[in-house]
Amino acid sequence: MLLLETMGMAGAGIGAGLAAIGAGLGVGRIGGSALESIARQPEEAGNIRTNMIIMAAFVEGVALLGVLTCMLIVFK
Amino acid sequence: MQRITNIVLTSVLAICLLVFSVPTKANASAEGTSTEKVDSANVTTEAAAEEGHEAKAGKFNPSDVIKHHVGDAYNWEFFKLGDKEIGFNLPCIAYSPDHGVSVFSYGKIAEGEAYDGYKVDHHTHKLIREDGAKFYDLSLTKNVVSLLLSAFLLLLIFISIARKYKANPGTAPTGLQNALEPIILFVQDEVAKPMLGKKYMKYLPYLLTVFFFIWINNMLGLIPGGANLTGNTACTAVLAGITFILIMFSSNKHYWKHILMMPGVPKPVLLILTPVEILGIFIKPFALMIRLFANILAGHMIILTVVSLIFIFAEMNVGLGWGTAVFSMVFGVFMFCIELLVAFVQAYIFTILSALFIGEAVEEGHDDHH
Repeated sequence: MLLLETMGMAGAGIGAGLAAIGAGLGVGRIGGSALESIARQPEEAGNIRTNMIIMAAFVEGVALLGVLTCMLIVFK
Repeated sequence: MQRITNIVLTSVLAICLLVFSVPTKANASAEGTSTEKVDSANVTTEAAAEEGHEAKAGKFNPSDVIKHHVGDAYNWEFFKLGDKEIGFNLPCIAYSPDHGVSVFSYGKIAEGEAYDGYKVDHHTHKLIREDGAKFYDLSLTKNVVSLLLSAFLLLLIFISIARKYKANPGTAPTGLQNALEPIILFVQDEVAKPMLGKKYMKYLPYLLTVFFFIWINNMLGLIPGGANLTGNTACTAVLAGITFILIMFSSNKHYWKHILMMPGVPKPVLLILTPVEILGIFIKPFALMIRLFANILAGHMIILTVVSLIFIFAEMNVGLGWGTAVFSMVFGVFMFCIELLVAFVQAYIFTILSALFIGEAVEEGHDDHH
């Protein structure tokens, strides 16, 4: 029983880490390309920023779902 | 300026609607259903929990502290002085068909004693009936009171602003009006207009309401001792539910055609695409709910964890605790500043995504070249 519980906890930890990696990759790519496009076309900065935030929110939403599942494992 | 007056007034009305919709929902999760679960679980876990409790007596348990801080409660506790809790008890309101309505202060049952057939469960800290029967918990909990407080604040702020616009139309804004006009215009010009096109006026009141409601509640939640309202699934679920209803009621033929029969797609692909699109209708508001709730909850938990570190290390060595305190305070303040930003960004994201989804639903079909 204790082993199962410990493994559940470990799984939750690993899961949270993986979710963070995924979100990091996604948001990093979005932010990177957004900055690149702003550097190319500074006059479009406002538009690009809005779209960047929307896209980042989508990526983050999925990652948060993963984190939430891990939280449910830990807190029951 | 007449336009802004209208917007502000309708926002105020919408806030009133929100106030009436949320308190009952916020408590739906606390309804009597939990009692059964607890009863069956009690038998197995009670012994283990009691043992664990004794072994850990006097030891600092960060998980419990964090859960206590981000959760809902029947009393509003600001801080602890030694063993004394500084705060006030809130009214418990319970309704059961066979027992009628009972209203009493939480102070009467706080120590675990029963009052009028109700008591607080030892493990879940929720109101239960002594005989374990189902009932409706309509208590004014910490979250509900916080919601009413924020609604009151919003009404106060926006009615005064609306009055100012009416009293001197066309003049430069002053005071509070001056502070909020850029934000109102920001929601109108950066969120509503690009996402909704020509029909933006119809949805602007809702967008403004939801923006300011989420923002003020995020900020109130950040005040030490405040309630974690937007980090509560019930609250965000109602907000996302309102967006969902709005999408459904404003959707047009064009929207449904693209969901059920995406034009220009081969028939076999539709077999996969249509179920995915139909699921998407529900996933969109669900994601809205999760995003807001998890972001705010995570923000609170990070700060609490950083503060908990002090006490975890202090249990090993007092000096170490003091050393960690310096680091924790600096990092805590840093996180707090980030959270102030997140409070705004999350309100913005919820509003802009709501506008985007509504915009998809009301969009008129252009030429069939896609």
